[in-house]
Amino acid sequence: MTGVQRTVTRTVVVLLAMFVFAFALVPLYDVFCRITGINGKVENTAQAMVRDSIDESRVITVQFVTRAGAGLPWKLEVLNRQVRVHPGAATEVHFAFTNHGSTAGWGRAVPSVSPSEASLYMRKITCFCFQEQRLAAGERLEAPLVFQLTRDLPDDIKTVTLVYTLYPVDDKPLATKATSVVPGGET
Amino acid sequence: MAPKLPPQQPLQTPAEQGNDGAATAGHVNEGYHHGPSGLMRWLLTTNHKEIGTLYLIFSLSMFFIGGIFALVVRAELFQPGLQLVQPEFFNQMTTMHGLIMVFGAVMPGFVGLANWMIPLQVGAPDMALPRLNNFSFWLLPVAFTLLLSTLLMPGGGPNFGWTFYAPLSTTYAPPSTTFFILSLHIAGISSILGAINIIATILNMRAPGMRMMDMPLFVWTWLITAFLLIAVMPVLAGVITMMLMDINFGTSFFNAAGGGDPVMFQHIFWFFGHPEVYIMILPAFGIVSAIIPTFARKRLFGYASMVYATSSIAILSFLVWAHHMFAVGLPLVAELFFMYTTMLIAVPTGVKVFNWIATLFQGSISFETPMLFALAFVVLFTIGGFSGLMLAIAPADFQYHDTYFVVAHFHYVLVPGAVFAIMAAVYYWLPKWTGHYPNERLGRWHFWTSVIGVNLTFFPMHFSGLAGMPRRIPDYALQFADFNMASSIGALLFGTSQLLFVLMIIKCVRGGEKAPAKAWEGAEDLEWTVPSPAPLHTFDTPPQFHHREG
Repeated sequence: MTGVQRTVTRTVVVLLAMFVFAFALVPLYDVFCRITGINGKVENTAQAMVRDSIDESRVITVQFVTRAGAGLPWKLEVLNRQVRVHPGAATEVHFAFTNHGSTAGWGRAVPSVSPSEASLYMRKITCFCFQEQRLAAGERLEAPLVFQLTRDLPDDIKTVTLVYTLYPVDDKPLATKATSVVPGGET
Repeated sequence: MAPKLPPQQPLQTPAEQGNDGAATAGHVNEGYHHGPSGLMRWLLTTNHKEIGTLYLIFSLSMFFIGGIFALVVRAELFQPGLQLVQPEFFNQMTTMHGLIMVFGAVMPGFVGLANWMIPLQVGAPDMALPRLNNFSFWLLPVAFTLLLSTLLMPGGGPNFGWTFYAPLSTTYAPPSTTFFILSLHIAGISSILGAINIIATILNMRAPGMRMMDMPLFVWTWLITAFLLIAVMPVLAGVITMMLMDINFGTSFFNAAGGGDPVMFQHIFWFFGHPEVYIMILPAFGIVSAIIPTFARKRLFGYASMVYATSSIAILSFLVWAHHMFAVGLPLVAELFFMYTTMLIAVPTGVKVFNWIATLFQGSISFETPMLFALAFVVLFTIGGFSGLMLAIAPADFQYHDTYFVVAHFHYVLVPGAVFAIMAAVYYWLPKWTGHYPNERLGRWHFWTSVIGVNLTFFPMHFSGLAGMPRRIPDYALQFADFNMASSIGALLFGTSQLLFVLMIIKCVRGGEKAPAKAWEGAEDLEWTVPSPAPLHTFDTPPQFHHREG
């Protein structure tokens, strides 16, 4: 092997490695964000409540924002936009889905937490966002969210905002989506 | 990399001399050429000088096309309100201007210079992989014809900015985006092949006796640039492939509805994008480090520190990407990390500027056109560096983000930075390429009109940006009218003055004062040991390199 061939082989290996690395960034990014909680992504399966004493000394304002994504004639409303909770206490909030369209369809609310650091301390015991909803035309559905902010929530966080965005779910790939294997990340 | 003795090169480069075997040792008076003539000669050439010329001509034509797009933008912004073009077309113009200038003008310009000069500067007969070289050039016209053709397609060309953020470039993109992706893939492959070739040439084909630390800085900076290209062009290929799959195959890499994340697009893009920025400036550092010692008639101050500074800039470039994203909602820790690493880059860059100034200190300086461009580079690039430092301050960036201040910043580092360096290089090496000195009077006119034009265009943008004028918008509030009128006049001046550059090149190719082998009094590198114009084949016998002491 001449020097040139050796150099070329090595650079091509680096090249391929970097191409693979670019795609590996996708799961790595997801894992990194989940561990550090820096992207406002929350655990999207039901979590057990932490039996904790309630920290009466602190009051955290939790706000809810709901948004309709493109392509779904639905509305998501929250019945109480803002609650004040003590860390450690479980709170229930009610949301209502309304299908203003003329056809039945599937939709899903995708959550995001801000400030993103708070997502590590947000435990959801029940949430409508864990699964897709099916609504007939004109149907209205009330669904609860039960959450708990754990006591180790950092002191500088006074307000936590939860944003839910409604997205349409196609009928076709529903089978695969239920097991949450979507290329490019988990739902 | 330990210095190693380069292998002895065989005297023949097979592609050029294979058939007739009548290889002549040493230099022949005029370039001899065997093989097809006419168009096929250029289509099939494997000669590094001819391919270098092709690259440079291609880069110049793209510079004009991208420049015309910029003038459309500036003409629309001459006055507030919508006069000339519709917002949709305006968006296509800003996007295409950026894409063409970055991938079509600056990068091929530097690759052209590398093709011409690296073999001459390291004493090699040609690039290590001549046929690959031909292929990597001819990919470019294909890529950019494809890219430009999107402007004629239904729905128009790319309109999402040269950074093509998802979901603008996926969910809301025009149908031609798939062609845009393909053209970027082809241009990327071209860059990658060019980089492999350059690395292989530099590492394996240096003249006997030339150690790594004897190489001219243009060679060093290109070696480091080529490594950056190898590292990040595949990431660009990856991210546009993900876009392609999101658009056409129903994946959701960047689509929140399907579980993807649009912010991740920005992370991956800038992981490519920031090293890309240095890909466009490191070779410029090498050019300036060649020109300033020549015309100051002194050796470059701090050669080794230049090499280490370039390497540190390259390494740091992988650790700063999120400073483009301060406003997306990064956690505080990340903002601080990227703010400090970004500011750290000012240290090696400062070393470079210091070394250039120290080289000038007590030199016997003469101001030929290449030197004028190099000096303007040092001053104006530093201004761009300073505004970069201002942008690096995360809290301040919330104010500056996506304003004309950012536009002013990156145009200062790219136009009087990268583009001036390429022009300086052209003036500096034209005697070697053509055998004639460039017309000094014309060069001076070109220089002064360019410098005045550039500053008139981009300096007012600092002010309109700080006052809050957003970028990429075809209309603006009335209080920005004067700044914008000044910018537009400056752009017209800068644009038209480039016709002088073309005129100068044409005159220089046709005739002019004859240049000797060593065209500039203070020039020391190996390229000045071969005749001017450089014959088609040089260094068939490797030169013995004697490295200079002290």
